Parts: sequence; structure tokens; C-alpha cells
Amino acid sequence: MRLISAILFIAMLEFAVAAGLTPLACGQDVPDVGPKPPLAVKAMESHIGDLTGHSADAKNNYRRYCVGCHGEYGDSNGENAIWLDPKPRDFSIATFKCRSTPTGTLPTDEDLFKSIGRGFTNSNMPIWNTLGRQERADLVAYIKIFSPRWSNEKAGEPIKIPPEPPVTIESIAHGKALFTKLECWKCHGPHGEGDGPSAATLTDSKDNPIRPYNFALGRDDSRFKCGSTNQDIYKIFMTGVDGTPMPSFADVIQPNDAWDLVHFLRTLQVHRHSKENEVLSAAHGVIPPYVDKTPAPTAAPADNKTPGGGQ
Amino acid sequence: MRAKQLLLTVLVLLVCSSLMFAGTVSGRVTYTGTPVKAKPIDMSKEPSCAKQHATPVTTETVVTGPNNGLENVVVYISSGAPDDSQVPSQAVTFEQKGCQYIPHVLVMHTNQELKIVNDDQTSHNIHPLAKVNREWNKSQPPGTPPIVDKYEKPEFISVKCNVHPWMHGEFAVLTTNHYDVSKGGGDFKLPNLPPGKYTITAWHEDYGTQTADVTITGNETKEQNFTFKAKAY
Repeated sequence: MRLISAILFIAMLEFAVAAGLTPLACGQDVPDVGPKPPLAVKAMESHIGDLTGHSADAKNNYRRYCVGCHGEYGDSNGENAIWLDPKPRDFSIATFKCRSTPTGTLPTDEDLFKSIGRGFTNSNMPIWNTLGRQERADLVAYIKIFSPRWSNEKAGEPIKIPPEPPVTIESIAHGKALFTKLECWKCHGPHGEGDGPSAATLTDSKDNPIRPYNFALGRDDSRFKCGSTNQDIYKIFMTGVDGTPMPSFADVIQPNDAWDLVHFLRTLQVHRHSKENEVLSAAHGVIPPYVDKTPAPTAAPADNKTPGGGQ
Repeated sequence: MRAKQLLLTVLVLLVCSSLMFAGTVSGRVTYTGTPVKAKPIDMSKEPSCAKQHATPVTTETVVTGPNNGLENVVVYISSGAPDDSQVPSQAVTFEQKGCQYIPHVLVMHTNQELKIVNDDQTSHNIHPLAKVNREWNKSQPPGTPPIVDKYEKPEFISVKCNVHPWMHGEFAVLTTNHYDVSKGGGDFKLPNLPPGKYTITAWHEDYGTQTADVTITGNETKEQNFTFKAKAY
């Protein structure tokens, strides 16, 4: 009796498996059809000063303000994305442009917080300081749900920025020599107008064409992508703009030399008032030659006139 | 006690046999169809590199040899490899010379030291477009020390220099030391394989991957060829 019921039970089990479960078990050829399921909002946090952001609290704001470009899955495939240039950031690969951390590392929460509040010049990303600080902190936490990197990796260690030395014509001259030697002009152009010999060929990491920054554009409203202070400029070339052709120079520029480069870059913003342009004007607009041990490449621009020249 | 002894004997025998019978898988990688022609590269924008080449160098995405041989194919043991975790202590070197990457395809083990050298008189930026590993981008002016790095996860990574858009190479980060890159008209060889069942994968940067199962029973050389269908352009 027991045996019979056992056999019956097994037979029923087999029938059930054959009827219902088998197509699933060996259904390699049958894809999961239907709309993509919504992404679960993983509980992530952000810490900016005294603020703690929670991903769950940003769900509505993300859906309302961000989803149109960055997409429901954070993969930059929002419905507006095809119309945008440059493309929206793809949060699913967790590569970010504006960081205080070395190339190839995750940014700090503060970096992302600032990016949201600052917006991205020359792009469609607006300034989101219309949202409160807490709301922005929550959105920083929300960005982290799209990539497992935020659970597996720590943010990079922010680079150390030494105090800025005074702006002098010598500092600007050394910066100019570095601009030549490091071949910044290959992309940014001899006068920083974004028209170097490699400029037209540049593509970002997703093979979309991308333009090098034109320093000469704009007046006092002239902005850099990752902030407008001298410290922000310092950070850009020492961390690189990840996901773009702009590399990190952290391994090849000494910290104080980097400040000299910052001072020179300011003079490329020919229509912008700055301490650097004042110093240059006081020197009658002439950057003296910098005497260096290694000769500069001959293909580089060798004029001692004011760089830029405007339009 | 007897069981233990037996186990020991079997183990010793296994180790000995693996030393005595080292099999080899060798073969050729070929293509069918019409592959895209290698195009000459115009390096006139970088005179210091252009003058290093008497005749213009050509693109290396598809490199073919006689009798439909296909070069630059990474052939490796993708499963059944006997030494998965053994990371070679020697570094692999990726060289930038004459505005070209040498080798075009560089194979390395996960966590193996990778050295990137710039022999040119111009600045390069090394931009490996990693997706599984972290993507970074570093400038390397002439005369600066090598960039030293490693990759933790297996991945095929395209490498480019944004300053010189024709520069393009590949990193193949594997979890095995049994690999070869097809050369000399598509030949490859995987020696020192202990008896066992292996899956061999052949990867080409443009034509994708192919796999084959091979069983090595002793001191033998098995032939295994791969044929890729050339992509039409």
C-alpha cells in the first residue's frame, strides 16, 4: 500500500514537472518576453557633510526630472537621449566625468552632489539647484542603484591639492611651456580654441563624437564643465574626465607645476576677467619664454604673443 | 588506512602522469569569405611617427596570411585549465612605438603586472575602454616612466589613443596561462596540457568567438582548427 502511494506520488510529481516546469528548466531558447520589469530601488545612501541621502526618497524626483534623459534603468537611454549631444551619463557603468578622485575610480558623494547642483556647461544637463539640498543628496544615493560598483568598490581617495602659489608672469610662462610640452594643444588647439589637429577625430568611450573644450568662448560667464574655480581646473587635468578623451596627467605633472598650468589656462579665457589676465596685461600681453632643460617639440606653436586672440 | 594509501598512490600517479604526458593542441585559424582590406594609415599629422615608417603601416583589425590564415586570434583554454589561479610573476609589456601598439593584441592573466611604455617622441594617452574592469585614461608624454597597472577581472578590452585616432589595440585579460595568439599565417599552439577535457576558445576582435572541446589523453598532439566567417563591409 505504502509502495503504491509512493509510486503514485512520484508519477504525479513527474507529470507536474513535465507539464509545468520543464519548459522553464530547459527553456534556453525561450526569452523572457514582455515589458522589462521595473528596477528594484536598492537601499543606497549618500553622505554629503551633515546630509544623508536615501535612494528610496529620490524615486519620485528621479522619475520626474531625470528619467527623460538618463532612462528608467539609468543607462542613458531615456526617450530624449537620442536628441542629445553630448549623451546623458550612463549610470549603469558608473564612469563619471567630474571627480576629485583619480582616473578609473568612483567619485565621492560630494562630487556627484556638486555635479547635480552645477549642471554641465555645453550640454543639456541643467543646474538642479532648484531642488533642495536633501533632494539632491537623495538623488546621489539613487544614482548608485544602477551599478553594482557602488556596492563592491569604495570611492577613490580625493587627490591632494597644494595651496595655490601667487599668480606671476613666470608662473604663466611655465604653464605655457607645459601646455606645449604635454601637447594639450593637440586637441585644445594652440590658442585653446578647441581646434587642435586631433580635435575633429575625438570620440567618447561610446564612440560618440566629442569636442575638446574651447577656452576662448564666453566672457565672465565662461564656465568649465567641472566647476569654475582654479581648484576645479587643477582637478580636471589631474583626475582626467573619465569616459572622454581627456586623460589624467597626475603621473606626469608635479603639483606645483600643475598650478602654473592652471594660471596659463586662465589666460586662454581671453574675454574673462581674472587675476591671471591682469598679470598678463601688466606684462603688456607678452608671455616671456620659459627656459627649460628639455626642448619643446618643434611642431608646437612658438609665438610669444598673447595666446587666444579672440574672434 | 588502506584507502588512504590507495588515494596517495593514485595522487602520485596522477601527478606523474601529468608530468609525463603533456599533450599539445595545435592548429590553424582561417577565414572564409572576403575580409576587409587593411588600409594604409596616414600619420602625416604626427611627423615624428610618420618618419619611422618607410612604407605606410596598415590597419590591424583584420590581419590575414597566406592560405586564408587569420592572425591576431587569441586561442586559449576557457575551461578545464589546470592552473587557473597561477598569476605569472613576470610583467607583460605594451609598447607604443611609431604611433602603433606593439603587440596589437596583448594577452595577460588577471592580476598580472601590465607595463605600458612610450618609446615615441610624442605624448600618447592610453585609454583602455574597459567595461567590466574600471575604465581609466592616462597621459604618457615622451620620456616618462612606464605606466604600471593590472586588471582584476577577465575581459577583452579595446585600447585607444585619443590623440592619434588610428592607434588601436586590444588587451585580452584571461584566467589561464594556456594561450597563444595566432601568427605566421594563422598558426597557434597550446603545449603542456595534462590529460583532461578542455574547452578551447578562439577570439578575434572583429569576428567574435568560437569554441571547441578537446580531450587530451596522453602524450599527444591534437589538431584543432578554427574557421571564422569574414565580416562583410
